[in-house]
Amino acid sequence: MTWSSPLALLRDALRGQRARERDLRTLVSNLPYEGLEKKKQPNRYFPGNAIKTTKYSLLLFIPMNLFEQFHRLANIYFVGLAILNFVPVVNAFEPEVALIPICVILALTALKDGWEDFRRYQSDRKLNNTPCFIYRREEKQFVERRWKDVKVGDFVRVVYNEIVPADLLLLHTSDPNGVCLIETANLDGETNLKQRRVVPGVSASTSEFEPESFNGIVVCERPNNNLNHFKCYVEKPDKAKTGIGIESLLLRGCTVRNTDHAAGFVVYAAYGASVIDDNWTFRSHVQGHETKSMLNNNGPRYKRSKLERKLNTDVIFCVILLFAMCLAGALGHFFWLQALPSVPPYLVPNSQGHLDAPALSSFYMFFTMIILLQVLIPISLYVSIELVKIGQIFFITNDIDLYDEELDSRVQCRALNIPEDLGQIEYIFSDKTGTLTENKMVFRRCTIMGTEYPHREKNLAIRLDEPDSEEEVIFNRRPRSPQSGWTLDTEDTDPEDTQHYHGNRRRSKVAASAQRDVAFSSPLETEVVPDRKLLQQIRRTENSSSSQKIDPYLDFFLSLAICNTVVVSTATAQRQRMSEYPRSCQSNNPLDTLSYLARKVGSLRQTIASWQPMSRRSRSLSESSVIEEDCYNASAKTDESGGLNTTKAALHTESQSSKPAVTSDKLCYEAESPDEAALVYAAKAYGFTLLARTPGSVTVRLPGGEELLFEVLDTLTFDSHRKRMSVLVRHPITRELVLYTKGADYAIMELLGTPYAEQLSGNQKSIAADTQKHLDQYAKEGLRTLCFTKKVLSEKAYKDWSASRQKALAAIDNREELIMDSAAHLETDLTLLGATGIEDRLQESVPDTIVALREAGIQVWVLTGDKPETAVNIAYACRLLDEGDLVINMSSKNKLMCASVLDCALEEVRRYGDDPLAPTIALVIDGRTLAMALESDLRDRFVDLARRCRSVLCCRVTPLQKSTVVKVIREKLKVMTLAVGDGANDVNMIQAADVGIGISGQEGMQAVMASDFAISRFKHLKKLLLVHGHWCYTRLANMIIYFFYKNVAYVNLLFWYQFFCGFSGTTMIDYWLLIFFNLFFTSAPPVMFGIMDKDVSAEMLLGLPALYRTGQGAGEYKFSTFWIAMLDAFYQSLVCFFIPYWAYQDSDIDVFTFGTPLNTVSLFTILLHLSIEIKTWTVVHWVIMLGSVAVYFIVTLAYSAICITCNPPSDPYWILQSQMADPMFYLICIITTVLALLPRYMFHVLRNTLAPSLLVRARHLDRLDPSVRERWIKEWRSFRSPGDVGLSGRSASPSPTPETSTDIFPPSSDPSDITEAEITLNVITESYQSPLRL
Amino acid sequence: MVKEEPEFVNRPDNTAFTQQRLPAWQPMLSAGIVIPGFVLIGLAFIGIGIALFVTSQNIQVLEKDYTGVELNSPCYKCSDSNVKNCECKLDFSLDKLFEGPVFFYYGLSNYFQNYRRYGVSRDDDQLSGDLANFKEPSEDCTPYQYDSNNSPIVPCGSVANSKFNDTFELYQIVNGAKKLVPFDGKGIAWWTDYNVKFRNPDVVPLRNAFNGTVKPIFWSRPAYELDPSDPANNGFVNQDFLVWMRRAALPDFRKLYRRITEGDYATGLPAGNYSLEIAYNYPVLSFDGRKKVVFSNVSWMGGKNQFLGIAYLVIGSMCVVMSMVMLIVYAKFKFPEDE
Repeated sequence: MTWSSPLALLRDALRGQRARERDLRTLVSNLPYEGLEKKKQPNRYFPGNAIKTTKYSLLLFIPMNLFEQFHRLANIYFVGLAILNFVPVVNAFEPEVALIPICVILALTALKDGWEDFRRYQSDRKLNNTPCFIYRREEKQFVERRWKDVKVGDFVRVVYNEIVPADLLLLHTSDPNGVCLIETANLDGETNLKQRRVVPGVSASTSEFEPESFNGIVVCERPNNNLNHFKCYVEKPDKAKTGIGIESLLLRGCTVRNTDHAAGFVVYAAYGASVIDDNWTFRSHVQGHETKSMLNNNGPRYKRSKLERKLNTDVIFCVILLFAMCLAGALGHFFWLQALPSVPPYLVPNSQGHLDAPALSSFYMFFTMIILLQVLIPISLYVSIELVKIGQIFFITNDIDLYDEELDSRVQCRALNIPEDLGQIEYIFSDKTGTLTENKMVFRRCTIMGTEYPHREKNLAIRLDEPDSEEEVIFNRRPRSPQSGWTLDTEDTDPEDTQHYHGNRRRSKVAASAQRDVAFSSPLETEVVPDRKLLQQIRRTENSSSSQKIDPYLDFFLSLAICNTVVVSTATAQRQRMSEYPRSCQSNNPLDTLSYLARKVGSLRQTIASWQPMSRRSRSLSESSVIEEDCYNASAKTDESGGLNTTKAALHTESQSSKPAVTSDKLCYEAESPDEAALVYAAKAYGFTLLARTPGSVTVRLPGGEELLFEVLDTLTFDSHRKRMSVLVRHPITRELVLYTKGADYAIMELLGTPYAEQLSGNQKSIAADTQKHLDQYAKEGLRTLCFTKKVLSEKAYKDWSASRQKALAAIDNREELIMDSAAHLETDLTLLGATGIEDRLQESVPDTIVALREAGIQVWVLTGDKPETAVNIAYACRLLDEGDLVINMSSKNKLMCASVLDCALEEVRRYGDDPLAPTIALVIDGRTLAMALESDLRDRFVDLARRCRSVLCCRVTPLQKSTVVKVIREKLKVMTLAVGDGANDVNMIQAADVGIGISGQEGMQAVMASDFAISRFKHLKKLLLVHGHWCYTRLANMIIYFFYKNVAYVNLLFWYQFFCGFSGTTMIDYWLLIFFNLFFTSAPPVMFGIMDKDVSAEMLLGLPALYRTGQGAGEYKFSTFWIAMLDAFYQSLVCFFIPYWAYQDSDIDVFTFGTPLNTVSLFTILLHLSIEIKTWTVVHWVIMLGSVAVYFIVTLAYSAICITCNPPSDPYWILQSQMADPMFYLICIITTVLALLPRYMFHVLRNTLAPSLLVRARHLDRLDPSVRERWIKEWRSFRSPGDVGLSGRSASPSPTPETSTDIFPPSSDPSDITEAEITLNVITESYQSPLRL
Repeated sequence: MVKEEPEFVNRPDNTAFTQQRLPAWQPMLSAGIVIPGFVLIGLAFIGIGIALFVTSQNIQVLEKDYTGVELNSPCYKCSDSNVKNCECKLDFSLDKLFEGPVFFYYGLSNYFQNYRRYGVSRDDDQLSGDLANFKEPSEDCTPYQYDSNNSPIVPCGSVANSKFNDTFELYQIVNGAKKLVPFDGKGIAWWTDYNVKFRNPDVVPLRNAFNGTVKPIFWSRPAYELDPSDPANNGFVNQDFLVWMRRAALPDFRKLYRRITEGDYATGLPAGNYSLEIAYNYPVLSFDGRKKVVFSNVSWMGGKNQFLGIAYLVIGSMCVVMSMVMLIVYAKFKFPEDE
């Protein structure tokens, strides 16, 4: 049937619509229907895989683009004015002339949009034509097709290092275990490999995949944008259902790694926007994109800055002013007409030959005036602001101080329109881990069965041997390969090696850093040096009970090695980045491909450099590939370490000697979190080497050399509610079912059950208590703690649980909750094995940065998920808390207590009032108390307290609480907030704050994706805020004020003239020149001013953070500033009008000859006004300022020479020429300009002399010689912040309130002491931390 | 082992421009620095002011109102708009020589030649001699585009239509006899108007070009007969027409009528009695206007205008005073680091 009735078509379309919108979709294989016409295809309703991200087609570009552009209010205003001008009774200009501004703006925008769209079209085409393999029944094999040919229901094969073309249900892989490793860097920037499993039971795991044998029905949910969740089941013909989650879904855009090939069933295809496109383009228009990656792609965010919000209110004032002036014009016209005794010859009747009534005429005049004075509403200001911001962002991203060599990344500005907000920040909310600290986890200490193993040897060794290492290790990161996760091979890693990359280069810079003596800057070794005592202990148990393998020590290390999701990849499995598939996350940079190539070349060079030593180990040349990025420096390291410390070398031989021949040094671990990797490395250091992980099994080599293959029955993944994860394995020797659980101490301690193995002496209670004691100790040292437990299950218990688990997995509704419940169900009655302490060092220059931010008047809050003890120590280390601080610790179990504690604290704090000698107050609050404090009735009190605290530390907060805190403070105190974080748990907070900053660190790109600005180190915040923030803000604020002034000053000339032309809307300046004046003659200088003016040098701003305060609150852009600018504009326009007016009074001057000096004077006044405002003159300033004057004269002269009758009725012919031959012209120009600018000039001079602001004084210092300047800065700082100096040593300790857990921390004498554990933090021992609740 | 510095692809250029470290000049606006500038400007302005003031003082101006609203005015009878072809005579005497060259202006006040619709009402193409616009004048000229018979008006529009049509003749009374003071009507309009902007069509004789057109409604004679005495001074390049068409910027204006440069009067008007005979045609009472004639000689700064000289003097002295103030301020509040 070739013909189908329209009704049938409609019905079909409706059915398709319904099929797409249904909550559950039912998909079947396309193969049985291959070759049939479209109507018979079962999956015809679902979109194909071709993407189209373009907005326009060639034919419809102009109408569609115009339609798009007219969504902007400004454009409508313009067009409205232009249309108004076509109405004969009200027109002020020639109609065509009024079209110029709108046409210029529309054309420019259209050009930009068109270019962007063309680039999108090109990238779409490239993507759509990427080859892929689709199964065809006719050929009985996978044949090469294009991405756009992929349809829902097809079978697609993806080979190693290829990109997945659509969302695939993984049905088959080359891996015998049915695993496929993928990298999702294109989607979320995470580079660690993720495991995906084939759908169990769907295809027999034969070596070849038979798509035709697939006869199940796939039922999946409607497409959504959640990249981490997918709900689906496959129903076989026998009605058996298999639940499938995200673990079997290959997302479009992922890259297949370490797997030769994989095949899958297409569930969602894309025809929408693509992630891999550049970031700047509009996205919202694309409908119907269905793959998860497409749905997740929102493009850049649009925020409105505080300055712009203020600006908009002033624009409203401008509108009011405009109406007032138009009304004045209309009324003036009315009275002028009324006063005429009869009809004068110069009044022109209308075409009917009679005159309009004065009232009607003045009504028309109102609109004419609007057209005439339209510039009063600074539409061009918006365009200029955009330009200025682009320029400002250019300078921010090009700042070499904000460039991180180790990651080779600059600061990224993801939100283009809020750079000036950086200059107004009053509160900073910071994450701790990864933001203040490196997030490079190193295993430091552990406690097993209540015995502590402090692992001190290495620290001592390094301190003795290598005094310099403290500075060097700060840079101990792998030089590049920011993409890779944790791949360093422990045994071969020597940190000293990598230090050579960076340590030397920057040693001098850091040597002076205050970090030396801070607790957390202890040398960082990525390798773990085993504790000798512990090693001996292990060896003992190894010998004694080698047949049993149930010793707690072995269990502890087994759980370290097993209980995780670390993926093992080998050095030979290369990871090749497909250059055809441009990455989305990091690169807005067109040079991306170039950078990739350069990187390749770079790594080639390094690989060659490292071959020499490698050959000793007879590594074949072919093994190490050019593109091998991840493992080369690991393998190159041992040999260069040149016996830096003997202790370690000895230990190495020891552990290595006990190993079989397997080259475990080639192992690379890909962990989702650095903690996990650190633990696996720690286990490896003790000989428990994780060799392989598949979904069904884990292989671990024991110190004795045996390899154990554990069957993994289930993995209960980590989630933030449970705060723990578990792995259920079957022990290969005992055949016991063992559940290993690790988690936060408070999450674990509650779940401890019956005492562990009976053969142990001592009771369980003391183990738990001892462990808790050690944990507290670790926390005080700032270590991150994790508890490890074990549980042995009976077969029956497992069977029961397993059944409920399966049910939960197959569920579509509430799946997450059910899975979580089932996990929690199993994790009970745990037996404590021990705990670990992992160190996370402070980043470079963090204390310095925090002190500077403080001085800048910014309150810094730290919100962390860590324990209070850990957090407080980090806070002391990074000088968030000082010795003299009064620390209020809030921790309450119930709300009543919380309220009273809050009241007491407030009382206490208020007592200090405005006392200048009061100690600075810091607040430490934990998540539970915070939740209560943020409830509506306590909220105000909490905010009041927090406002009076210099620093606030929130511990154990959830991501949601983080964002709530930010929101509450932002709304209650009406302050500008900035949130900075690096992980997925900071995303909420980053989005809630006015400015969100992401740190591209170890935890993937989610924070960066959500942020407005992305930096790579916390210390960059200092320059970003203090220098760029200040500059951007002052520049833009001054530019906006200037812009308002400029428009009013110019337009008022026209307004004053109305008083002398019967309010008839005459302009004394040629229309073209009038429009050019704003468009060309005076547009570049303010933009340049907004981009380049520098009120104070960067050195001064960094040296005197107090200068930042000028931007906070109302800043330079005050309500009064606007009105002063307006008054000045009125004054100047009066001068510019009336001096020529009186000079030419009673002469034979004609209209345009009169207007020419006005225009010229106005140009000079406006430009010279700007040059009073410009603080720093560079070549660019001179060129643009002089260029503007030159352009004015050249254009006007040329125009008056060429245009004889080209623009009736105005006749500018030869007017400027004749004026310039007249000395009067110059005399008028000079005196007018001088008189117009005199008040402003005087004002500046007198203010700078009589009451110089901080900025002016800083500018004075700026002019001095650097050495003299240093001295002044020092003097000034000590003078300005006496509080910081005077406070130390004077510890105010108000009486602790009786009810209480408000404890005042006694000030610690020296942060470095913290490591020595002498400081006694007043730990609250009554609530959740208690280990004694068994 | 020497390691090469790895390449940093994303490293920003370390140039003075991108790092915002361009060499710069930072002017500080403080009292100490601006004092010399102020003194200098003040003195220069005072100098200019004196020069301007003196020049302006030396310019002689003689203004005579002849609107005729006052009963004792010689032109009182003519101010009635019903009287046609009225003539009146204005007598005056000079005590001393009125130095030449003397410029003779007519002046109108409260006349809004800058009224927008009035200014628009013209056809520049027609005025530049485009014959197509003779047949069909521009829409801008409405309602002076066609007359009631639908014949095109040339020159069309309100500006041309309202051309000032009073004429003047000046006599010196020498011993009771009238001696005509010769008027020079050449070159009173802008050179560019006469030579470039306004052109007659290339039709000889000129009147043929105007076939099928009518003269403006208020005009008594067609454009090609404006100056019967000089055939070259007709059509659109008639000097009086050109002067009128250049619209005045302000409602009180004067326009050059003639110059007195010839014969006995080349050096100026000698002392004595004069009589100005006026053909009073132009009505001004409809808009409360005034008409006047002005005799003036000119200097390099144009006509007499005291304002600019005084302004320069005032502002110049202001600058000097302010520099004094700032000297005091500077002595009291100077920065220590200024030294």
